[in-house]
Amino acid sequence: MLGLAADRLRADTNRLLAFLFHQGILDEQFLQLQQLEDETSPNFVSEVVNIYFHESEKLLRNLRSLLMDKEFSDYNKMGIHLNQFMGSSSSIGAKRIRNVCVAFRAASEQNNRAGCLRALELLEHEYCFLKNKLHELFQIQQQRALAAAVRYPMQN
Amino acid sequence: MTVERIVSETKDQFPIGMRVLAVDDDPTCLLLLETLLRRCQYHVTTTSQAITALKMLRENKNKFDLVISDVHMPDMDGFKLLELVGLEMDLPVIMLSANGDTKLVMKGITHGACDYLLKPVRIEELKNIWQHVVRRKKFDRKDRNNSDSQDKPHAESGEAAGIRNADNNVKVNKKRKDQNEDEDEDRDEDGHDNDDSSTQKKPRVVWSVELHRKFVAAVNQLGIDKAVPKKILELMNVEKLTRENVASHLQKFRLYLKRISCVANQQANMAAALGTADSSYLRMGSLNGLGNFHSLAGPDQFHNAAFRSFPPSGVLGRLNTPAGLGIRGLPSTGTIPLGHVQNSGHSSNDLNKLQSFVPGNHNANILQGMPLSLELDQLQNNKGVSHIGELPAANSTSVFPVPGSLVDARITGFSNNPILGVTSNSLMLEGSSQQSALHASNLRDGVSAIGFQNGNTLSDFASIDPVSNQLRDSKSDLQGQAASMNRNAGQIMTSVPQEWNASIPTNGAMIQLDQCLDQHNSIFHRTMDSDSIGSMSFVDPLSIKAHNSAMEPSVIDKEGYLMYQSRPQGNHIPDNVGSLEDLASAMMKQDQDNGKPAYGNFGHNSYSHRTCI
Repeated sequence: MLGLAADRLRADTNRLLAFLFHQGILDEQFLQLQQLEDETSPNFVSEVVNIYFHESEKLLRNLRSLLMDKEFSDYNKMGIHLNQFMGSSSSIGAKRIRNVCVAFRAASEQNNRAGCLRALELLEHEYCFLKNKLHELFQIQQQRALAAAVRYPMQN
Repeated sequence: MTVERIVSETKDQFPIGMRVLAVDDDPTCLLLLETLLRRCQYHVTTTSQAITALKMLRENKNKFDLVISDVHMPDMDGFKLLELVGLEMDLPVIMLSANGDTKLVMKGITHGACDYLLKPVRIEELKNIWQHVVRRKKFDRKDRNNSDSQDKPHAESGEAAGIRNADNNVKVNKKRKDQNEDEDEDRDEDGHDNDDSSTQKKPRVVWSVELHRKFVAAVNQLGIDKAVPKKILELMNVEKLTRENVASHLQKFRLYLKRISCVANQQANMAAALGTADSSYLRMGSLNGLGNFHSLAGPDQFHNAAFRSFPPSGVLGRLNTPAGLGIRGLPSTGTIPLGHVQNSGHSSNDLNKLQSFVPGNHNANILQGMPLSLELDQLQNNKGVSHIGELPAANSTSVFPVPGSLVDARITGFSNNPILGVTSNSLMLEGSSQQSALHASNLRDGVSAIGFQNGNTLSDFASIDPVSNQLRDSKSDLQGQAASMNRNAGQIMTSVPQEWNASIPTNGAMIQLDQCLDQHNSIFHRTMDSDSIGSMSFVDPLSIKAHNSAMEPSVIDKEGYLMYQSRPQGNHIPDNVGSLEDLASAMMKQDQDNGKPAYGNFGHNSYSHRTCI
């Protein structure tokens, strides 16, 4: 029974990852993150991703408040936030998010506020989607760890 | 010298244990960078603030071998940090940014960065950064030797760098390089011990603010033209300061000054380019820009003789055949090995020269992913050509393993685009600009599906829903744009031979495609994966069609347009955005006309290919 659960969980993980890669939501940079995870840094991926989420939410909030401001004119400042968001997204392997950032940047360079707003909405949407999926992934992995622990109880 | 110490202590282990200082305000990237660096077995210190980094470096400059810093930081501009580190501590600094914009990269070069990495950083790139440490040590040694034996020539070459005559520069730089090599060989013959001991005899000097101030005062007193290390040393009257220390610091200082004036010139140049295609103006501006840029290239930053960035014809030529080679390299917007770039020549832009140069570069690797940017400077002899793609040459490492078929495809690609590459805006071949073009058009179309295709790289780029009505609307705009671009381009392109014309679009288009493709392949040297290769074939029929069709001008305009996407010519952009769909629909029509079902299978996906282009 436990064995089956572990297998199912592994299949779930694989399926989710395959989906994310196939849809272009994640790219191979994410794989690099996974490769960096080892005995010395066992939770590296979730660590980095959580930091990313934390920072991204700040950045998205900043972007939104900038754009919502009636007297918004400081595209430079927006560009800075955007640049950081783009950098961290690409470092995580969040390909779709990064692509939207590129579009956002283009709109910003043209001082196209409407375009920026559209891009921001898209960005928020993509970000939420990614966050949900990655949370799901981490949950599955946690369950797998638990399942493994139950199977091979730790000797204290 | 720290490296020598490491070498002597753990001779076999370098670059293991190399001490890196990583600076980035973004915690995600910082953590990732730290982990990657540790994985490379370097010794890593991190900080999120530039000010802290400077403090650490000033505390003990021998504590680190290399600095990696983000460009955009809230407390201090990354370039400023770069400058300070270079001036004060003489450590190699690698810049890091999510933005691979040519102007930024250029800024990095002029400020003295020894490399410019794009995020996301890959471990393969980090595995090689130790080369900058070694290189700098070598060049430092060579500089000192050089200044030992040639005080005046050293000063002269510094001046020569400012001389407008590019040929001189090439000769002087070459000469210096040759001499360096000779001396280096001599040293090597003396034996490794001698090298160690001789470098150990010259402990690194910390150029504190106080010391630098005295230096500047002395230089000003003597006059920048007459300032020679010996006299400066006398004026400064500081104990334990050797003439060599002063000489190398003087060189850096000159670079700094040139850069300042160069920046001013370049801004003037840009303004000129944007304003008018007047060749004489450009020539005037370009002289300064070029001359300055030459001087900026210190030997410790550029050492690849193969690099020719300037003659416009050269660039075009390079775009042509070797463009095939070059383009191979171009796609990756990953590491831009500034160390490989040599500022050799704004040599006279004879086409002949270029022609001969070009074949020579067949084996060389030339373009390593440096975005193609058009420099005004190069226009000296070629009237009216306002831009030149600047392609930094890689060193002898071979070009990326892009399958030959891809290269061919690229070369056969687009036909004459008299417009392409000509207007004042630089040819932005970075993936980001391509993407931005695509995404901008997406936004305009209100399409939200980005990368919602299969995992194919090309599909990342905005699937554009066939919004045919928008296509039609923008078509007229495109024509108008084409007309105006044509007018501008007309004068410019007259002096450029036809084959060069042909090469530009090829280059542009191919590079765009590569850029698109390589967005997925962030590894610089990575062979195109099967998806990319597969998708490349989609391009061929497209490009061939472009070649054949009467739609050609607009197709190519589109290409050209795409490349200029990120330029500040706001007026062009909105109109041209629609032109992507225009191209797509035109292509589709042609497909149908020609009865080629090339895109038949792909349906929705086909647009995504096109948009990549």
